[in-house]
Amino acid sequence: MKNTKEPVIVVKKLKKYFGEVKALDGIDLHVDKGTIYGLLGPNGAGKTTVIRALATLLTPDSGTATVNGVDVSLNPTQVRRMIGLAGQFAAVDDFLTGRETLMMVARLYHVPKKEAKKRTEDLLKRLNLEEAADRTAKTYSGGMRRRLDLGASLVGRPEILFLDEPTTGLDPRTRQELWQLIRELVAEGRTLLLTTQYLDEADALCDYISIIDRGKVVKSGTTASLKASLGRDVVEVVVADSHHDEALQIMKKVANCEASVDELNQAISVRASNGADMLIKVVSALEKVGIRPKDLSVHRPSLDDVFLAVTGKKTKPQVQKTKSKRGGR
Amino acid sequence: MQPRPSAILSLTMTFSDIGAIVKRNLMRFKRTPEIIVFSSIQPLMFLLLFNYVFGGAISSSSGGSYINFLLPGIMAQTALFSTLQTPIALVADLDRGAIDRFRSLPMSRVAVLAGRTFADSLRMSFIVFLMFVFGTLLGFRYQAGGGKLVAALALVVFFGYAFSWLTATLGLFIRNAEAVQTAGFLFVFPLTFASSAFVPVATMPEWLQVFARNQPVTQLINGVRALMLGGPTDAVWITIVWALSILIVFIPLAIYKFDKTV
Repeated sequence: MKNTKEPVIVVKKLKKYFGEVKALDGIDLHVDKGTIYGLLGPNGAGKTTVIRALATLLTPDSGTATVNGVDVSLNPTQVRRMIGLAGQFAAVDDFLTGRETLMMVARLYHVPKKEAKKRTEDLLKRLNLEEAADRTAKTYSGGMRRRLDLGASLVGRPEILFLDEPTTGLDPRTRQELWQLIRELVAEGRTLLLTTQYLDEADALCDYISIIDRGKVVKSGTTASLKASLGRDVVEVVVADSHHDEALQIMKKVANCEASVDELNQAISVRASNGADMLIKVVSALEKVGIRPKDLSVHRPSLDDVFLAVTGKKTKPQVQKTKSKRGGR
Repeated sequence: MQPRPSAILSLTMTFSDIGAIVKRNLMRFKRTPEIIVFSSIQPLMFLLLFNYVFGGAISSSSGGSYINFLLPGIMAQTALFSTLQTPIALVADLDRGAIDRFRSLPMSRVAVLAGRTFADSLRMSFIVFLMFVFGTLLGFRYQAGGGKLVAALALVVFFGYAFSWLTATLGLFIRNAEAVQTAGFLFVFPLTFASSAFVPVATMPEWLQVFARNQPVTQLINGVRALMLGGPTDAVWITIVWALSILIVFIPLAIYKFDKTV
């Protein structure tokens, strides 16, 4: 085992073109052991291609990628022993039960049968799939499929996990459950590289984020530093028309910055690094002068805001070849 | 890191991997019985149609029982048509991400393809045998021994197995279920119809006879007829050579393309 300070995943100048489409246009990444690293970007940015290259599913045109020091192109079999992959479309077979899926994957990892059974039962319990273990995956909900897919990636007890958009299309509660599971997996010492289109997901899970656009890393840093540089929370208040001007002045003063007014609903908004704190301050200041807001909200800058800030342009989905061939569900 | 597995161990692992994939694919048949039911009804339909539509005309012109002539042809056709399912299932596995999962595992590189063709050939054996049973009910009588009968069935399945590597390769190159089915028919239709399957080759125009006599499916059918009904068995050996040649060309090609597929 190498020094823990050493990056577990190192990607240097990785390039992959699909004809005209520059899926990867010189990507560099360093992922430290025991961290969650997020690749954030819109559809077609090249996130999935990075994961596929690292998971040995495609050979890059140039550049290098190593996992625990092993080059993915030169020694893919050795890399496969160390990684687990859970894909975007939850690659579980409809016609197999949860238990059969995990047993099959264990067999393909060449785990002895007795041990395979033990791991399968442990995972079913852990993923809360015990009751559904003998039903075919066809009957599973979206969240159950994701959990089973994640389970399949854990059968080989990998130190490194790749999750490609683990929560896309899931309802908020299921998403939270999956986040919790992901945090636990990393707390146990694993290293995790995930892709997401959602800023809140990157924010909730990742220690370190790279924003990817058109095959390039446009910005990277710790989650906190990125958030600070990328834009601040927006606190929005709607008050009765008669109090509007007064409230506007108060909010400017409290936030110590310019306030903007939405022309449609007359909502007053200010920006702050911590939206919740600012909301409390604004509300109490308004209350002191007897103004009761009709509506309140705090929201984070959206991915579009971030992209606008970083790239100076709106996000525009680009057709990605590897994805267009797969059926979504 | 684990020590490098010895050659014997890695061979054992390869067979274990193929076994796991075969089991998975057989589970699909078990859990989706419609696949087997409809892929049995189709050749049965051909058997009945050809027997009752063409039977009268052909047996009166050539003499003898048409079902005896027809059944070896139907068995070969069944095997060939059955191989069109292989690329469709393969493309479906590629599209659904099942193959991504397999390729991210430290398993044998050939197991996905070998497991696919083998499981499909097991289904093919079942349906070919079923056609033999139905043919017998319609009046087919084999005239050689039981050993030769088994050899005849094995010959059909072996050729079909080899051909499924060809269609699998086609699937990997085309990578679209609808397109690959249409493309597959371009191979399978001329090979089964411009053959000795349904009518004697001698009734065809001369230019077609040249193709029909020399193409592998005619050899297969003639081989099966020789084994079931008696006669010289040259065609059996020619069929085996054809099947081996197809395997020698298409196994490496399929594996090469599979490795390159993203």
